[in-house]
Amino acid sequence: MASYETFDYDVLIIGAGGAGLRAAIEAATGDLKIGLVCKSLLGKAHTVMAEGGVAAALANVDERDSWRVHFADTMRGGQYLSDARMAELHAKESPDRVRELEAWGALFDRTQDGSILQRNFGGHQYPRLAHVGDRTGLEMIRALQDHGIHQGIEVHMENTVVSLLKTGDRVSGAFGYEREKGRFKIFSAKAVVLATGGVGKAYKITSNSWEYTGDGHSLAYHAGAELIDMEFVQFHPTGMVWPPSVRGILVTEGVRGEGGILTNSEGNRFMFDDIPELYVNQTADNPEEGWLYTQGDREARRPPELLTRDHVARCIVREVQEGRGSPHGGVFLDIAWIKEKIPNAPEHIRRKLPSMYHQFKELADIDITEEPMEVGPTTHYIMGGIRVDADTQMTCVPGLFAAGECAAGLHGANRLGGNSLSDLLVFGKRAGEYAAQFALENGTVPLEESEIDTIAQHVLKPFDNPEDGDNPYEIQAQLQEKMQELVGIARSQESLTQALQEIQSLREKADNVHAIGNREYNAGWHTALDLDCLLTVSEATALAALERKASIGAHSRDDFPEKEEPGAGKYNTIVRKDNDGVMAIRRELVPDLTEEYQQIIEEMG
Amino acid sequence: MEKATFRIWRGDASEAQFVDYETEVSEGMVVLDAVHRIQAEQANDLAVRWNCKAGKCGSCSAEVNGNPKLMCMTRLNDLPLDQPVTVEPMRAFPIIKDLVTDVSWNFKVKEKMKPFTPRPPDAEDGTWRMEQEDIDHVQEFRKCIECFLCQDVCHVLREHDLHDEFIGPRFFVYAASLEMHPIDTENRLEELKNEDGIGYCNITKCCTKVCPEHITITDNAIIPLKERVVDQFYDPIKKLFRVFGG
Repeated sequence: MASYETFDYDVLIIGAGGAGLRAAIEAATGDLKIGLVCKSLLGKAHTVMAEGGVAAALANVDERDSWRVHFADTMRGGQYLSDARMAELHAKESPDRVRELEAWGALFDRTQDGSILQRNFGGHQYPRLAHVGDRTGLEMIRALQDHGIHQGIEVHMENTVVSLLKTGDRVSGAFGYEREKGRFKIFSAKAVVLATGGVGKAYKITSNSWEYTGDGHSLAYHAGAELIDMEFVQFHPTGMVWPPSVRGILVTEGVRGEGGILTNSEGNRFMFDDIPELYVNQTADNPEEGWLYTQGDREARRPPELLTRDHVARCIVREVQEGRGSPHGGVFLDIAWIKEKIPNAPEHIRRKLPSMYHQFKELADIDITEEPMEVGPTTHYIMGGIRVDADTQMTCVPGLFAAGECAAGLHGANRLGGNSLSDLLVFGKRAGEYAAQFALENGTVPLEESEIDTIAQHVLKPFDNPEDGDNPYEIQAQLQEKMQELVGIARSQESLTQALQEIQSLREKADNVHAIGNREYNAGWHTALDLDCLLTVSEATALAALERKASIGAHSRDDFPEKEEPGAGKYNTIVRKDNDGVMAIRRELVPDLTEEYQQIIEEMG
Repeated sequence: MEKATFRIWRGDASEAQFVDYETEVSEGMVVLDAVHRIQAEQANDLAVRWNCKAGKCGSCSAEVNGNPKLMCMTRLNDLPLDQPVTVEPMRAFPIIKDLVTDVSWNFKVKEKMKPFTPRPPDAEDGTWRMEQEDIDHVQEFRKCIECFLCQDVCHVLREHDLHDEFIGPRFFVYAASLEMHPIDTENRLEELKNEDGIGYCNITKCCTKVCPEHITITDNAIIPLKERVVDQFYDPIKKLFRVFGG
């Protein structure tokens, strides 16, 4: 019998980034007992790294903005594979979610008349991103954290959930361990909300931290939930490329929003060379118009640097591949040039982009007010994830909810910058609300002891494996190399088939990795346990990428360059564990847009 | 490739010592990269906290060659690599294991402080109007990434161990961010004077010097709070009476 401590909750929330905290706050508004489990210390989750802003049609800067425009922008950005109902709810509710943060102490940058300032971002027609310099995520997580700690939520910091518990069809809790002593904890719960973020650690070059190992995706998959559109992994166009140790660290899109331009080794603004059909009418056709747009000229159209992330990333790869890259294999991102346009440019840049200024100064010896940065694509976000009901965020497993990056539906084939922070708030709140409602309407289900023992044995296996078993870090690194190489920006039947074979052989090795030392704060052991999640999401991504024989949004197939597969229609890919425990994939057609939705999209051009 | 030696604190509360690790170093590496390389290749069970690796989350606080630093923002080419680089945990908090300390006290302190309490909204849509210049100072305080290096270096906590009577620079910055928030209505001065022990701070500015976010903790947060406490509780005439009246 495994030894463990048990905690009973009405609602258990796994993950304490923006979505998890917002869900916890919402669920705690009644008399329910709420538990919140997070892998790191409170306030350190990935949300803290978000820079540019939170998208909400507040219309503070341009009164032409409205939920309808935001909805249309989101649908277009997602190549019409998004769940339209989610896009509607998101566009309608994000303004209230942002205003509410201000009531909890957040302080966004201001307009002249004292309301919340908004900035331009790729794919958004009007200035829409509420922000605080380039540290919006920190402001958001701190506001949620400082409000949340007074709501009676029980927080388990530095705890990791390794498996969900089910009783019959229903979710009944979770099995976790605490980092400090490595002891087991059993959380019994009437409803569980997954808010665990993304999967970036499956790749070598990523802006994501150690936490992003696809835990929620994997927990949900093993519990019988569906994962959709897992092929859509966003490669953010601008990550740092030099020095090697910082490769992948994010350079905010805000740099381009403030007037930054992309150039190649020939000094050419290459983004003007390829403007997609869907965006021709909305894009500037000369540099001056683009500059005027970034400075708030309402008649100007956006510069091509602010096209969607999938497109900008592909253009950068093209420049590098065709020999026009920067010395370290990226392209140039230049904000210093704005000194030709405005007085006091260095001061302006330091005020608008303080953390970028420090990041380059301290990590790369580059003064961005004087010289261009070198940037290239970095794995940043996964659009795909756990399939949920648009209104309630419940999965097909009763009592299991998901919100934020680990859930899917809003972003389709490509996410617009700024739509993630708003996603966390809107659907975090909804998940908390409906999980609480589920807990009120459904009683506790007893846990199954035998299941707990089986999980405990599995969790301790790395210590029992032979000492000559592989080093868990080594297996993780091999997986990251293979995913980068075979399931990256450019994919093909050949690369994806090979990836699936590699994943299979790494899975066998992962089963035998050896953990040294004891259970106390043992990073090697934790890495060994994370491998299962990483392998699960990697397999789902490769399998879905193989299934989608087209190049759309963030998914590019060298062997299928067309946007649509002839006769296949618009579809989502769906991954689910079949009865034999094998990962199965199928397609489901995207339902036709209702007339009302169609009309909005047409109206908004 | 060049090699360097890292002298890393290993062990827990019962037993610990420095252990030397030699590892390869390359251009642009920071201390956290070296620690990670050692962890992956030589010491899988080495405990270290980190998240963003970009100076935004405040997880990887430690003492590098005796200086409180974020490991992710400390570049190796700023350190003399001809001698071992010492890396040890923050000393103002109890050790858990290796480079990881128990910082839970900080979270408890914050929970006890009076939360943000806004005045009624200015506009019908539930929003407030605030001038940018009125929030500049508060935004400076809100840059804090809660790395707790200021707490680590503060002698009131580090040498005198007054954790029960003194909340430390981080929470004076937090208090200042609330007290100077244009729409907050709460008053925290009595707590600052009594339970929070602001009087213990003798403005040596050690906290300001180590802040990776360059927040001017002493000048912009602590001194103005001290002045507010004096204004509210130490009316000069009454004080004269107290001194001469015995």
